[in-house]
Amino acid sequence: MPVDVLFVDKLSFQYNSTEVLTDISFHLKAGDYLGLVGPNGSGKTTLIKLVLGFFKPTKGTISLFGYNPAGFEDWYKIGYLPQKIASFNPHFPATVREVVAMGLLSKKGFPRRMSKSDDVPINKALELLDILDIRNELIGELSGGQQQRVLIAKAMVSEPEILILDEPTTAIDPEIREKFYGVLKGLNQNKNVTIIIITHDMGTIGKYASKLLYLDKRVIFCGSFEAFCVSDDMANYFGEFAQHLICHRHNSKQ
Amino acid sequence: MDIIDLFSHGFIQRALIAGSFIAILCSTLGVFLVLRRLSLIGDGLAHVAFGSVAIGLLLRVYPVYVAIPVVMLSSLGILKLIEKARLYGDAAIGIVSSLGIAIGILLASAAGGFNVDLFSYLFGNILAISNVEVVTSIILSVMLILIILLFYQELFSITFDEESAKASGVKTKTINTILVLLTSLTVVLAMRIVGIMLISALLIIPSVTALQMAKGFKITMVIASIVGVLSVILGIFISFVINLPTGATIVILNFIFFAIAFVCKNLRS
Repeated sequence: MPVDVLFVDKLSFQYNSTEVLTDISFHLKAGDYLGLVGPNGSGKTTLIKLVLGFFKPTKGTISLFGYNPAGFEDWYKIGYLPQKIASFNPHFPATVREVVAMGLLSKKGFPRRMSKSDDVPINKALELLDILDIRNELIGELSGGQQQRVLIAKAMVSEPEILILDEPTTAIDPEIREKFYGVLKGLNQNKNVTIIIITHDMGTIGKYASKLLYLDKRVIFCGSFEAFCVSDDMANYFGEFAQHLICHRHNSKQ
Repeated sequence: MDIIDLFSHGFIQRALIAGSFIAILCSTLGVFLVLRRLSLIGDGLAHVAFGSVAIGLLLRVYPVYVAIPVVMLSSLGILKLIEKARLYGDAAIGIVSSLGIAIGILLASAAGGFNVDLFSYLFGNILAISNVEVVTSIILSVMLILIILLFYQELFSITFDEESAKASGVKTKTINTILVLLTSLTVVLAMRIVGIMLISALLIIPSVTALQMAKGFKITMVIASIVGVLSVILGIFISFVINLPTGATIVILNFIFFAIAFVCKNLRS
């Protein structure tokens, strides 16, 4: 029986005696595409940081490819894009190529050295996101949208088995955003890459994700978008009007 | 006296060799510190070095032998304060720095002042360094530069974004520890050149100058090293010829290079 890519069971997390997450359970198989949604402060980013082992859970268990995140070693299987753009240092003196190359670190043994052959996956990732022409530019001199695409390329370059993207389409214009979601769909359907996306854009994510997890310090809903649209729990949570609005927007985009 | 005559002096040769190696080390390390907003860690650790020198002079032990372990432990203390007490880096540096200087002043006062010895560490005297100090400087500088090169990708990665680095399997705690320990040893090495008061200039200014001209991360480190070495070499010659304090001359030259780079960058844009 194949191991779940991610298994979260009865997870709780407290920060400074404040309950941030309570009794979270869900699991993802290879090839799942999860939209992680919820209001600001609902614990979405904290959940991801727990999954990646940056924080220790107060209660419950997390298993990433069958391992506790604290002892996880196979980082090459993971592509991660943090919620970034706001805290980006605009004076960082690295070229686009140097930044994307960092995404290959997890595949290198010590001492980690980059080689000419690394240009193949780097150029491929840059091409996928339409930024190959700026590979020698300084990242600090790019627009916010271009910087975000560079960071997405960095997360994708190692061809990970799971991509975890925290608000990836911030600052990206609608045309590129559609193309980006298309790239993710290709990776998910053709290469069976598991995807977790944190987003506020429920309409768009409903169009692509196979699962939706609505979080508000606890799991409010976990299931398909179709089930979300007819869920009484969600109708009670949002109000029927808001639920119809979200689902109508999703349907009209199809 | 012409330039060739200057080279014939043993003390000038020693100063040029040791100074150039230490300048490369400070400039390379400085790029990481400046971009991680830890620029003032050099200043803070230099103040601890002052306290350590006072301890060494009081105990009649070669001050560098006291400074190395004390400054290294203090740098780890700064890391722990940031991590455990959840302090910002500048506050943690401030605590350790003021503690170091307070201990130095107390000990100097208790011993009735150390006069010349303490002043030579405070303001540096590169022209007075011995053959042993030159050899030690070269060996340590080469070792530290090799460590930086060995961990270059990890240092680059945590400097860009610590969270992403963690998710790439970089042991960020270990790399942070290596970074502050390297800084500690560099501060102790550099205190004989520019003095405790001016060490942070050697760590910060060449890096900031290089950042004005940056076209990539590696090239920034190369430019910073060139600026650092040029400042040291010119500083030694100029200070000797017109009889100025060497450490201060090196710092002023560093600032002049920064000002030129800053003006050129703004004229270009």
